[in-house]
Amino acid sequence: MAEPEPRTNRLRAWASARWRDWTITLAAFVLALIVGAILMIVADPEVAGNFAYLFTAPGLALGAAWTKVSTAYSALLMGAVGSPSALAATTAAAAPLICAGLAVGLAFRAGLFNIGAQGQAVVGSMAAAWVGFSLPLPPVIHLIVAVLAGLIAGALWGGVVGWLKARTGAHEVIVTIMMNYIASGLLAWALTTSAFQRPGRSDPISPEVAGSATFPQIFEQLHVGFFVALAAALVVAWVLDRSVLGFSIRAVGANPHAAGTAGMNVGATTIITMALAGALAGLAGVMAALGPSVNGVPTPLSEGLVGTVGFDAITVALLGRSKPVGIVFAGLLFGGLSAGGLAMQSVAQTPLTLTLVLQALVVLFVAAPQLVATLVPFLKARKGSVSLTGADA
Amino acid sequence: MKKSLTAPVVLGALALALGGCATPPAATSAAPTATAATSVAQSDFKACMVSDAGGFDDKSFNETAYAGLTKAVAELGVQKAEVQSQVAADYAKNVQAMVTAKCDIIVTVGFALGDATAAAAKKNPDIKFAIVDFAYTDEDGKNIAEKNVKGLVFNTAEPSFMAGYLAASLSQTGKVGTFGGAPYPSVTAFMDGYARGVTHFNEQKGKKVAVLGWDVAKKDGTFIGGQDPFGDLSGGKKSASNLVAQGADILLPVAGPAGEGALQVAKASNGKVGSMWVDTDGCISQEQYCAVIPTSVGKAMDVAVFEAIKAAKDGSFSNEPFVGTLENGGAYLAPFHEWDPKVSAETRAELDKIKADIIAGTIKTSA
Repeated sequence: MAEPEPRTNRLRAWASARWRDWTITLAAFVLALIVGAILMIVADPEVAGNFAYLFTAPGLALGAAWTKVSTAYSALLMGAVGSPSALAATTAAAAPLICAGLAVGLAFRAGLFNIGAQGQAVVGSMAAAWVGFSLPLPPVIHLIVAVLAGLIAGALWGGVVGWLKARTGAHEVIVTIMMNYIASGLLAWALTTSAFQRPGRSDPISPEVAGSATFPQIFEQLHVGFFVALAAALVVAWVLDRSVLGFSIRAVGANPHAAGTAGMNVGATTIITMALAGALAGLAGVMAALGPSVNGVPTPLSEGLVGTVGFDAITVALLGRSKPVGIVFAGLLFGGLSAGGLAMQSVAQTPLTLTLVLQALVVLFVAAPQLVATLVPFLKARKGSVSLTGADA
Repeated sequence: MKKSLTAPVVLGALALALGGCATPPAATSAAPTATAATSVAQSDFKACMVSDAGGFDDKSFNETAYAGLTKAVAELGVQKAEVQSQVAADYAKNVQAMVTAKCDIIVTVGFALGDATAAAAKKNPDIKFAIVDFAYTDEDGKNIAEKNVKGLVFNTAEPSFMAGYLAASLSQTGKVGTFGGAPYPSVTAFMDGYARGVTHFNEQKGKKVAVLGWDVAKKDGTFIGGQDPFGDLSGGKKSASNLVAQGADILLPVAGPAGEGALQVAKASNGKVGSMWVDTDGCISQEQYCAVIPTSVGKAMDVAVFEAIKAAKDGSFSNEPFVGTLENGGAYLAPFHEWDPKVSAETRAELDKIKADIIAGTIKTSA
């Protein structure tokens, strides 16, 4: 922070920073696609072999490369947004990512690195699934109780971390990572007990969740849970921008000492933020446990049910710059990559690993704005840094 | 500052330039279509496969099943498509993707896909399904599979029994070990058979070789567990190290690619520890570890998958499960390769006798 600037200059700086954020994100995506294309060409011996004739018969080499890359990317695009059912698949994959992304993003805004969305999602999915398959409740109420159970379990799992941080100063990164291990160990153990294990099975799998506790399907894979995720984003946006709590969260994120001096309760804000973040991650687990799969029933609870949603969420939050709207779009983008990645595999027969590499490349470029600015000439001239976590916004 | 920027900028420009000239040929060359036409297109029949977590290059479980599909493409001229699963939530989606891709037969690889396969088969009665490691039976063992689902199961307890006997005869420390990825019945069958083989050795020889990692009476043992039990190489290594620390010197890892952790531990022990392999002959799929692999417990999934695809193509497909045994070669004990000199003539004769007895039914390899 140098000397104070006039208001108009600040406004201009703000607008230019936003423009820069968006272009860098876009450029990162384009760069990732280009590098992905190169990898695809190099990885296919048939296509790469043609490059021996690059100067004698350029059409052969470039044509083969183009066919390969365009087939894969058009499958990606078609699988993500090419048809109503593709769009439905994208929303289904995006819903948990949005919730968990909000969990990480909200904590980022308070200056907390919530690496524990994974564990919070795991306990959320456990609680929701358990209510779903063991409590005999009437329709509607069953679903609501199951969702609440997941939210509460996640909030407790996250809240403990906030409490430890506020009371003892234990660093949230370490504690959340350890809580992840506890959560997955807890799930592994629970699935061997009669409360969770499907009768008659010796492998760790739970019974199927009752139909009354399943998110109603709207169109194919699109289910009510997606709108719950959007509502969660709205709530987070409102809390952050319009409420007293949100103001403290942002103040603590910007400078905890200053916030404390100004009379805010830093400890309480930390605990509440982590509990809220935990509830949001728990909601991601709820999506995994209660969201109907293509065959209309939710995937039964097992050790890999939530996948790596908690870690993907860090990516989503970074890509969305920790803003609720950004996170919704980032979640949709990654949901699209996931749905399109399946089409890339099944239609274009591109290996799964390449989709994962594409996602990783997007993150790599997004996380290194200076690199993108260096690689893309017209962004180079502009100075100033991009905040990754949005903690100072 | 300025100089350091030149290289990336040039590279970026080069990338853009290359991207620029890649576009024009597209207009003249064939329009991009979804079909990557190849010369083997002799049949319209499409055989598809959905893997379990671990992927088709796992040197073990999925790879062996995939070999059956590759063989069908080569020998029957069928078309193929495949999808790899990452997590449990993928199973139903991936099977559905293969349905959408208009496959004639869909082979799902792995016990964990049992639910997803049954649901898809019910919904798509015109598509044939085959599932590795899962047979749809009721409590009395009666086949309750849908008309279009064939279970491909393997009585791996039989060769594992022989492997256990061999391990006990090779052990210097008097302790042998085993561990699994997750407690699936298809995994514990190996471990249980292995432990029973050791018990049989003790009964025959009056020895007291102990088995670590599986308790026949409690039906429980050592498992890697976690999010990705069959892909967790370091988890496999940890489980193997624990068994070795407790004194085991011959191991049987039943954990797909994660089992490579046991091979690493054995290799690092400089000949003190040997580790067997499962699903396929480890000396072929994991060549670099051949020196530490006494034998492998094979599961001829490639043959079973190929036969299922062939039957579906011929129209002779039925929902009767295929059961691989020592007798029909669907489950087998692989050659000893580099350990050949260490296996005594006496043990060989005994193993041959055990094999004959298992086939004849005079030795029970499971409860």
